[in-house]
Amino acid sequence: MDAIVAERLTKCFNGLKAVDSVTFRVREGEIFGLLGPNGAGKTTLLKMLATLLKPTSGSARVCGYDVVSDADEVRRRIGVVFQEPTLDIKLTAFENLDFHARMYGMGKEERRRRIREVLRLVGLEDKADVLVENFSGGMQRRLEIARGLLHSPEVLFLDEPTLGLDVQTRKSIWEYIKERNEEEGVTVVVTTHYMEEAEFLCDRVAIIDFGKVIATGTPESLKASCGSAVITIAVDGSAQSRSRNQDGVAEAERLAAILSELEFVEEAGVRGCGRGRGSVVEVNVRGSGETCIPELVLAAAKAGIGIKSLSFRKPTLEDVFLKLTGREIRDEGEGGFKDFVRWTHVLWHRRRR
Amino acid sequence: MKTRIADVINPSAIYTLWLRETIRFFRLRSRVLGSLGMPLFFLAFLALLPVEPSSVHGLRYIDFLAPGIIGMTLLFSSTFAGLSVIWDREFGFLREIMVAPVSRVSIILGRIVGGMTTSMFQGILMLLAAFPMGFRIRGLPSGGEATTLAILIGVLLSVLFMILISATFIGMGVAFASKLKDMSGYSLVMNFLVFPIFFLSGALFPLDDFPRWMRMLAYADPLTYGVDALRRCLVGVGEFPLLLDFAALALSGAVTVWLGAYLFERAEG
Ligand SMILES: Nc1ncnc2c1ncn2[C@@H]1O[C@H](COP(=O)(O)OP(=O)(O)O)[C@@H](O)[C@H]1O
Ligand SMILES: [Mg+2]
Repeated sequence: MDAIVAERLTKCFNGLKAVDSVTFRVREGEIFGLLGPNGAGKTTLLKMLATLLKPTSGSARVCGYDVVSDADEVRRRIGVVFQEPTLDIKLTAFENLDFHARMYGMGKEERRRRIREVLRLVGLEDKADVLVENFSGGMQRRLEIARGLLHSPEVLFLDEPTLGLDVQTRKSIWEYIKERNEEEGVTVVVTTHYMEEAEFLCDRVAIIDFGKVIATGTPESLKASCGSAVITIAVDGSAQSRSRNQDGVAEAERLAAILSELEFVEEAGVRGCGRGRGSVVEVNVRGSGETCIPELVLAAAKAGIGIKSLSFRKPTLEDVFLKLTGREIRDEGEGGFKDFVRWTHVLWHRRRR
Repeated sequence: MKTRIADVINPSAIYTLWLRETIRFFRLRSRVLGSLGMPLFFLAFLALLPVEPSSVHGLRYIDFLAPGIIGMTLLFSSTFAGLSVIWDREFGFLREIMVAPVSRVSIILGRIVGGMTTSMFQGILMLLAAFPMGFRIRGLPSGGEATTLAILIGVLLSVLFMILISATFIGMGVAFASKLKDMSGYSLVMNFLVFPIFFLSGALFPLDDFPRWMRMLAYADPLTYGVDALRRCLVGVGEFPLLLDFAALALSGAVTVWLGAYLFERAEG
């Protein structure tokens, strides 16, 4: 049976489609990722699955129960760790967990045993009686994850579980989520805008942008759509091009056009340009990446384009997102450029409607 | 699909919410003392005024004043319950509550019972604080002797009325907290509401001294009946029959609690 079935799930906020006709399935026991930039609609989607928001249209079933008509049955079977902290900082770690256990109707013995268990799992057993307001961000996050698992849910929802944490803490939380998934068999749905997180954690990933799922698959299969390797070429725009009164960007564009013609090239395009300096061409290639390099260099030389440097790497989910949307997924901060892009996108679509 | 009573009114969840409220209350002792400060000053300073007993139903002013100040304490501390809804929303804990498999009715009941407990605790603290200032309980039967039985009945009944007063204003607080979503907005509206409710209630002066139009407003103020009932129960003097006080407060309590529950449910979905 599937743990989650979402069908044409839609949520509008005053005409803005935050989640737009999303359909996907999550299998029992897998770690499923929702990867997308800020404002993509991940949190909204999660809240609908966790019964906290009513869908505008469409439907979803979690553990076989409808999230609207059987909300209580769904709530009993899920654990949720929200993006923003939801601990009572005036209570101790133990009291926070005890509150949760009681709300989920756990008996006295079970309560005591499970609280000790989850505290040990997240390494907070000696902090049980410390007020949560004295916890660091990482400790609070760990406590929230412990709480999400306390009542042994069938599905655990994690909204950006490592947002704003340092690399060390982030790694240990990933390990921890993976262990829980393997040992307790809990199905995990995790949203993130960190592609490393999605790649490390998830069995399958849905890439979401402007409220729509634009691709679903295992991280490997998604990356395979970007070819077998990404070769980054820095074009030397200083020497010849200046005499021809051209900048590096134009040179890079010319190179990209030439390379696109090669039969083993999946895609070639210009990335991040610096004024006056050499620009960068990224090439997605099929087949074995290493053997392509000489041919690329040769093609550039034939066209009289200088190459400053060249690097080679495996494709990442970032490349997948870039290929699908033409934009980068990277965090640009809340309310910044991403919101601007989002709004122009919305206005554009409204006008066309 | 059948709905069981235990699903709608879940005693263990209500107890859990109550427990949290009381733990927090006793942990934030400074807040408690802070909220008791103002009523305490009112009591201490106003009791010094040379008010003629003839102008306050033949009572010593401290005996007239103390029930009013207890009413004030209940009013102020009850509106804190609304504030705690906003706190929980701002600090995110409300979401932990809302995602639990507990009916919205139980959540609101837990809140109200928790708020009532802390508010009652403060009301009783204020009652005790009045004794060193010369306050004496005379009990229920007006004009009669202050027998032990009269005092006992009076105190027990006054506790019942304290519960009704708390319920009324907690319901009001939760209703406003569900409508006004941020802390500063809530404080602003509450200040504009709480002080008129207090001054109109006859806590400081008898209603007879009010101009006619103010008396009309006072009759619409639930706290008027609360203060009147407390005065009747504790010092044996009151303006209305106790049964009228009870009916008025039971009605206002039912209305505000229902309204609070309704608006909370709508706001949080
Ligand atoms: N309660 C709300 N009212 C209005 N707009 C909202 C609300 N919640 C989210 N949005 C909008 O919906 C979009 C998706 O938001 P969200 O689901 O939080 O994205 P993500 O979690 O992927 O960053 C954003 O443009 C956001 O501004
Ligand atoms: Mg989010």
